[in-house]
Amino acid sequence: MISLKINQKQYDVDVNPDMPLLWVLRDVLQMPGTKYGCGVASCGACTVHLNGDAVRSCVTKISRAANQEVVTIEGLSPNGDHPLQKAWLEADVPQCGYCQSGQIMSAAVLLREKPDPTDQDIDDAMNGNLCRCGTYLLIRKAIHLAADMQKQGAKI
Amino acid sequence: MEKQDALHSRRSFLKSSLLSGGGLMISFSALAEFLPSKKLAGPGMPDQWFELTGYIKITPDNVIKILNPNPEFGQNVMTSLPMIVAEELEADWKKVVVEMGPHDSVKLGSQFTGGSNSVRMYWKPLRDAGAAARVMLTEAAAQTWNVPAAEITAKSGMLYHEKSGKSGTYGEFASKAAAIPVPKGVKLKEVKSFNVVGSSQKNVEGLKIVTGKPLFGLDYYKEGMKIAMIHHPPAFGMKLKSFDASEASKMPGITDVFSLKLYEDGFEQAGFDTRTFNDILVVVGKTTWDVMNARKKLSVQWEPIADTKETIRGFRGKQEVVVPAGLETTESQYAKMQERAKEPATVLRKDGDPETAFKNAATIIERTYTAPFLAHNTMEPMNFFADVTDEKALVVGPQQAPGWSEPTLAKLIGLPAEKIEIQMTRMGGGFGRRAYAHYMFEAALISKKIKAPVKLIYSREDDMTYGIYRPMYIATYRAALDANKNLIGFHVKGGGIPEHAIHANRFPAGAVDNYLAEGWELPSNITIGAFRAPRSNFNAAAEQSFLDELAEAMGKDPIDFRLELLKRAKENPVGKNNEYSADRYAAVLELVKEKSGWNKTENKKYNRGVAAYFCHNSYAAHVVDMVKRDGQPYVERVYSAIDCGIVINPESAKNMVMGAVVDGIGNSFYGGLTLKDGAPEQNNLNRYRIIRMREAPQIVDVSFVENGIDPTGLGEPPFPPVFGAVANAVYKTTGKRVYNQPYFNSTISEKFGVAEKNTKQQGDKKLPQPKIKKGRTP
Ligand code: FES
Ligand code: FES
Repeated sequence: MISLKINQKQYDVDVNPDMPLLWVLRDVLQMPGTKYGCGVASCGACTVHLNGDAVRSCVTKISRAANQEVVTIEGLSPNGDHPLQKAWLEADVPQCGYCQSGQIMSAAVLLREKPDPTDQDIDDAMNGNLCRCGTYLLIRKAIHLAADMQKQGAKI
Repeated sequence: MEKQDALHSRRSFLKSSLLSGGGLMISFSALAEFLPSKKLAGPGMPDQWFELTGYIKITPDNVIKILNPNPEFGQNVMTSLPMIVAEELEADWKKVVVEMGPHDSVKLGSQFTGGSNSVRMYWKPLRDAGAAARVMLTEAAAQTWNVPAAEITAKSGMLYHEKSGKSGTYGEFASKAAAIPVPKGVKLKEVKSFNVVGSSQKNVEGLKIVTGKPLFGLDYYKEGMKIAMIHHPPAFGMKLKSFDASEASKMPGITDVFSLKLYEDGFEQAGFDTRTFNDILVVVGKTTWDVMNARKKLSVQWEPIADTKETIRGFRGKQEVVVPAGLETTESQYAKMQERAKEPATVLRKDGDPETAFKNAATIIERTYTAPFLAHNTMEPMNFFADVTDEKALVVGPQQAPGWSEPTLAKLIGLPAEKIEIQMTRMGGGFGRRAYAHYMFEAALISKKIKAPVKLIYSREDDMTYGIYRPMYIATYRAALDANKNLIGFHVKGGGIPEHAIHANRFPAGAVDNYLAEGWELPSNITIGAFRAPRSNFNAAAEQSFLDELAEAMGKDPIDFRLELLKRAKENPVGKNNEYSADRYAAVLELVKEKSGWNKTENKKYNRGVAAYFCHNSYAAHVVDMVKRDGQPYVERVYSAIDCGIVINPESAKNMVMGAVVDGIGNSFYGGLTLKDGAPEQNNLNRYRIIRMREAPQIVDVSFVENGIDPTGLGEPPFPPVFGAVANAVYKTTGKRVYNQPYFNSTISEKFGVAEKNTKQQGDKKLPQPKIKKGRTP
């Protein structure tokens, strides 16, 4: 039995300790917001927060997440109103949308570390997140927008 | 999966957010400014709907639901198609709820996403549906109020009779209206009075996407379902010989391991029933991870295929096709293409006397262009859910063409179409790949065999190595110039594995007196398929690079040169069957010239490349502004001018164009899949290079030609000319022409025999003059 704390809720799962967090989330806990894109840490679709760091859940063994703080897109904000989520809607970023939860999870760490990121900061922080539809320009725009919202007092 | 309904009014939103407990609690106040209420998913949907035409349902308390007929793969039809209905219906868009329609070709049309056709094909039917429903509602009100229908006006989901002061909501008349026969030929609105179409509306599924709701096929879940994965041969040209499943079967969570045959011998395949690997192994278990691990324990012997006959009934009628045996390798494929290119080919179009033109030419310019296989690599790998019993089947997942796949599915599982329910999920990308529904067939056959609901998942590796690639192409372009540098002859001869890319009746056909287009094809066991703007995605690179080189040789500005040719094609077209409108083509060039400040000195700091192209009924031109960044070519800025007729949802249309530009830069710089002994050398995203954030331009400035023409499609047309504009900018940046895609992925380009040849053609002087061969005969 492995104890997990995901989005501030406690779960006990009985799985192989080698199973990646991604598949525990998707197949065991039915939390499919975290996406599978490559399984080899090359696309970022599966990005979640582990103790506040952005990690690729497809290569994060569940044993590593035991008793640690995990946050997924489902728990990024209680009401879907994280500045990034609002900014994403305002900039109408998604095309197919498949990569976007991973994009937002990566951006959330960036925005916490650098509340006012430059384009360069964004490019560096987001380079591991592929978007096959090519929404990169709008992702940049949305991150700047979220930074502005944050400055204007929306709490993160 | 949660039902794709959405909430309908502020009042009931607030109510249901109270009811929904821990499910979906969204603070209305925080999101109100961004969200029309329809985007909020949750319970509390009314259950009494009155249907007015197949697309519209209305409740007595005036909730208006519009069904989106076409599968959504990122082109935003979930939003733009219902907008068209709402326009003619005179509904208040903010109060409309949108739902993905069921698969029902009788009520909802062809339901095909592809060929940039969604908006073009549905424009008229959806307008008709909206207008008919509006007339039915008006008629119902007229009967109730006992006034002439002509005196009633409809606006924002309300009906008004001015003289009597009566008014009512659509909902009040919905039940009565539903009983009125659907009128035909209702007069449609004038373009100038549109207020929904042409206004920018946010993606109706935006909130679900950014909060991680289960929208995609891969997210589909049904109590008790199992997970299945396939194990296919490691190389094209190989097939299953024997296997031992004893180890794999013993792995934790595994319930079934077996081999599966997709099509029985002699099965008549439909055009998109592509057969890549007909015999596959299947592992079924509890979780994806269990199945992935068990797959590694399979012991399998593969063997080479013999030449294999397939019977295909596609667009060209019934054909017997022989798929050749052999383990193909990229280098030898290029060598074979070059050899084949020397042989005679099929004449696709001939105008005037090209032979004589080339014989009399003062100058002949000849260049050869190539491109490799491309894998679609949709972000969401192939997958499908199936629950097939002896009586009925439910299949749920991402596909572009349910209408094409259903007949084959029916045959394969032995059930009539009416016993099959196909549900369409949002697709994590398509680009053509999901028009080939083999993975749905496989899922259904697996479910039938194990007698349980199952979700089939392709790993990224399974997906990338399965084929259905963009074909491999080569084309040689030749131009004959007279002593005054006039273009007197044009010749293109193109080939490919297994298809050529030539569109013989497109520009510059029609603009040159003596014109010849030829094509040839080399069969292969590598399967290919539609890839965003099929054929055009190569032609636009080759032809538009060639025209650039030609303009330079003639001492002309590249835009002016194209405009001259288009003027000729318009005023005095050569030949018949020219597929494009010279006016619309010229208009996007003029627009991009203006918007980009083509001749402005402040733009001299950029290395500028231009290209334009017509495909899928629309026109696109780009100016690519390239710089050197850290010593490497980088596209910093792009100007795009598009004519796709009336634009339904402008901001989202711009998003689509930006995406096509990014996709074009990415694929022209890096895209490609190579093979060694039949096995793909790239099998995951750590090896297959896709454009990333850092490489995306700073600015993509998109303009649309406003001409009021009925919509002609947008998903594909902006993509192909990016390749040509990039190539032309590369030349300005580096002084070297690029002929072989991808332009900056040396691990792939090195495998091209022709790379060498073209480099020699060019020499490596700093600013090379195009090497011109004098008076060569064809
Ligand atoms: S799925 Fe984890 S990085 Fe791609
Ligand atoms: S929106 Fe489709 S992959 Fe990013």
